[in-house]
Amino acid sequence: MALLELRNVSKIYTLGGEVIRALDDVSLDIDGGEFVSVIGPSGSGKSTLMHILGCLDSPTHGTIQLDGQMIHSASAKQLAHIRNQKIGFVFQFFNLLPKMNVLQNVELPMIYAGISGARRRERAMEMLKMVGLENRARHRPSQLSGGQQQRVAIARGLVNDPRILFADEPTGNLDSHTGEAILELFRELSTKGRTIILVTHDPEIAAVTSRRIEIRDGKIASQVDPRLAGLDRVATAPVAG
Amino acid sequence: MILFNTILIGLKEIWTHKFRSLLTMLGIVLGVSSLVAMAAIVKGMENGMKEAMIAMGGLDKVLIEEQKVPIHQNHLRDMAPGRTIRDVIALRESAPLIRIVSPEMGLDRVMVSRAGKWFRPSEVVGVWPEVLEMNLYELEHGRFFTDLDEELAKNVCVIGTGVRDELFGSPQEAGREIIPIGEQIHINEQPFIIVGMFKHYESEMERKIREEGLQSHTATAGPSRQRGWGRRNWNAFWRKNNVVYTPLNTMWVRFRAATGTNNVPYPTLSDIDIKVHSLEMLEPALQQARNVMMMTHGGIEDFNFRTQENQIEDINKRIKNARLSGGIIAGLSLLVGGIGIMNIMLASINERIREIGICKAIGATSGSIFLQILIESVVIALLGALAGLAASKGLVVFLSELAPSQNTPVIQPQVMGIAVLFSGLVGVVAGIFPAIKAARLHPIGALRYE
Ligand SMILES: Nc1ncnc2c1ncn2[C@@H]1O[C@H](COP(=O)(O)OP(=O)(O)OP(=O)(O)O)[C@@H](O)[C@H]1O
Ligand SMILES: [Mg+2]
Repeated sequence: MALLELRNVSKIYTLGGEVIRALDDVSLDIDGGEFVSVIGPSGSGKSTLMHILGCLDSPTHGTIQLDGQMIHSASAKQLAHIRNQKIGFVFQFFNLLPKMNVLQNVELPMIYAGISGARRRERAMEMLKMVGLENRARHRPSQLSGGQQQRVAIARGLVNDPRILFADEPTGNLDSHTGEAILELFRELSTKGRTIILVTHDPEIAAVTSRRIEIRDGKIASQVDPRLAGLDRVATAPVAG
Repeated sequence: MILFNTILIGLKEIWTHKFRSLLTMLGIVLGVSSLVAMAAIVKGMENGMKEAMIAMGGLDKVLIEEQKVPIHQNHLRDMAPGRTIRDVIALRESAPLIRIVSPEMGLDRVMVSRAGKWFRPSEVVGVWPEVLEMNLYELEHGRFFTDLDEELAKNVCVIGTGVRDELFGSPQEAGREIIPIGEQIHINEQPFIIVGMFKHYESEMERKIREEGLQSHTATAGPSRQRGWGRRNWNAFWRKNNVVYTPLNTMWVRFRAATGTNNVPYPTLSDIDIKVHSLEMLEPALQQARNVMMMTHGGIEDFNFRTQENQIEDINKRIKNARLSGGIIAGLSLLVGGIGIMNIMLASINERIREIGICKAIGATSGSIFLQILIESVVIALLGALAGLAASKGLVVFLSELAPSQNTPVIQPQVMGIAVLFSGLVGVVAGIFPAIKAARLHPIGALRYE
């Protein structure tokens, strides 16, 4: 069984009578340890997909299973718990809490998990060491560069040892050099067996991952999936309609 | 654990907006300090009034007052006998529920003098020795009147310390005790020998001020503080210390001779006070007294009983009013404070929508967001309450400077507790709506919020 299973998932917004199908009947399997990129033009539904996969939002139709657990029917409280335990997020705009220092930001998911202070500190320092920022623990996010802030966000995303790390345009706000370093960090994590889903509109960045899912108008337009035997790197699903 | 962290985060949030939070707390500070200070002042008032009541003779003292005859006896008006020594004797003989009866024959507009010093005492009254127990007097020096003094209508008197201070000088000024036993004074030009002097009576407040005054006097030798300013006031203690008592008979013979008919001096007493054996038996005792006096007055009801119950009711009413007004001020301040807190919390969550979204994304439940906001609100309120407690002390000092009274305000710990509790409650109530608003934010909506 796959780590993540989406079956016929749709997300429909109605704005002033107009119906927007941000996701349109998407089915998708992601296994543990995969490094997947989701690409597509702006407005195609990448973020929407990530939010639904990441239990931040619920689909209008369809079913989702994460790690054997049915997500689409879970309560808000259960979803919060799943986000806390099984999912890590990295955002384009870093989304660190400005009033807390780096260490406290990394500790925050563990506070919601109810982990004791000493253990929290130790674990947070461990994660900061991993992203090379252990000497910035007492700094405020505003005192760090963009790349450093994104490293802190990654440390925070991984601190509860989640099953999946989601990253929405993690390099979108960084210069190409810094972005490259962040991507390198993701690649490293992937080789250590972490499941990572990377959302981007940049094919060059998507090229880093072995599996690529292209979204257009809320549908999966094509996929490059090395697991599909014989069709080395070019398994293309037909575009519907 | 989570609670502790939440409080910490809340404190940090408050610290980030120090000035804003301070302004917000002001209502609570005002509410708590006014509640505590008002309660302290009212308590002082209550103590003072109770003290004064005891100084005037205690709870079990009943005054037999003169009153106009009732309408249906109007035609008997001229036969109304008034309160006389006959009543006193009859009450003593025939009203077993009454413990003591003390007659008083007062003299209006009287001056006492000695060696060119003139003074108007609080009262100059002819009494029986029962007066000691009735008005709770103790002799400090000398003796009280004997049967012989009474029998022979001797020109002797017993005075309070205030009279001594006025005519012989006060010990504080003289720096030594002054005991004028055996000295002569004049009451309306008639010579009297002082045979006894009462103790000095003073309120708690006066005692404190006097002791402080003594200390600073000996310590600095500077200008002495206005010692015992409460004494100047026309209060119960001043009255108690400024009496001149003579034997009842003396008063009658010496000062009433010019009045009356058939060569008998005018016999009406100015007061009859009684004390009952126990307050539980007050009603039957008064009934007994009424029956007896109806007899001696030939059925004419020209008297009335006034118990301290009326006084106590009066005191309680005044205290209740003071409490009520204090409570209303405090309540309004707390209400305003609560509205301020709600306002600031709403502003605060509006500024933090994105942060709340982030917290939700990394696993905060709606419950923990709710708790976070609620705790912040309560923390602001409680900080305000603590500041209010500190301020109340200053307020008490300020208010007693502004309007000095004889009563030391008493800050009561239980009122402080109640004030803090109420502030916490205000914090909870003020925080609930913003907290619900924050908890309901959708993670995506909050994250996208610019
Ligand atoms: N809350 C919403 N209400 C209405 N429409 C929405 C809402 N959220 C997203 N959409 C619509 O859904 C579609 C997909 O949006 P989404 O944010 O997933 O695009 P995206 O692929 O992430 O684009 P980008 O690369 O610009 O981030 C868009 O047309 C968007 O307008
Ligand atoms: Mg997007």
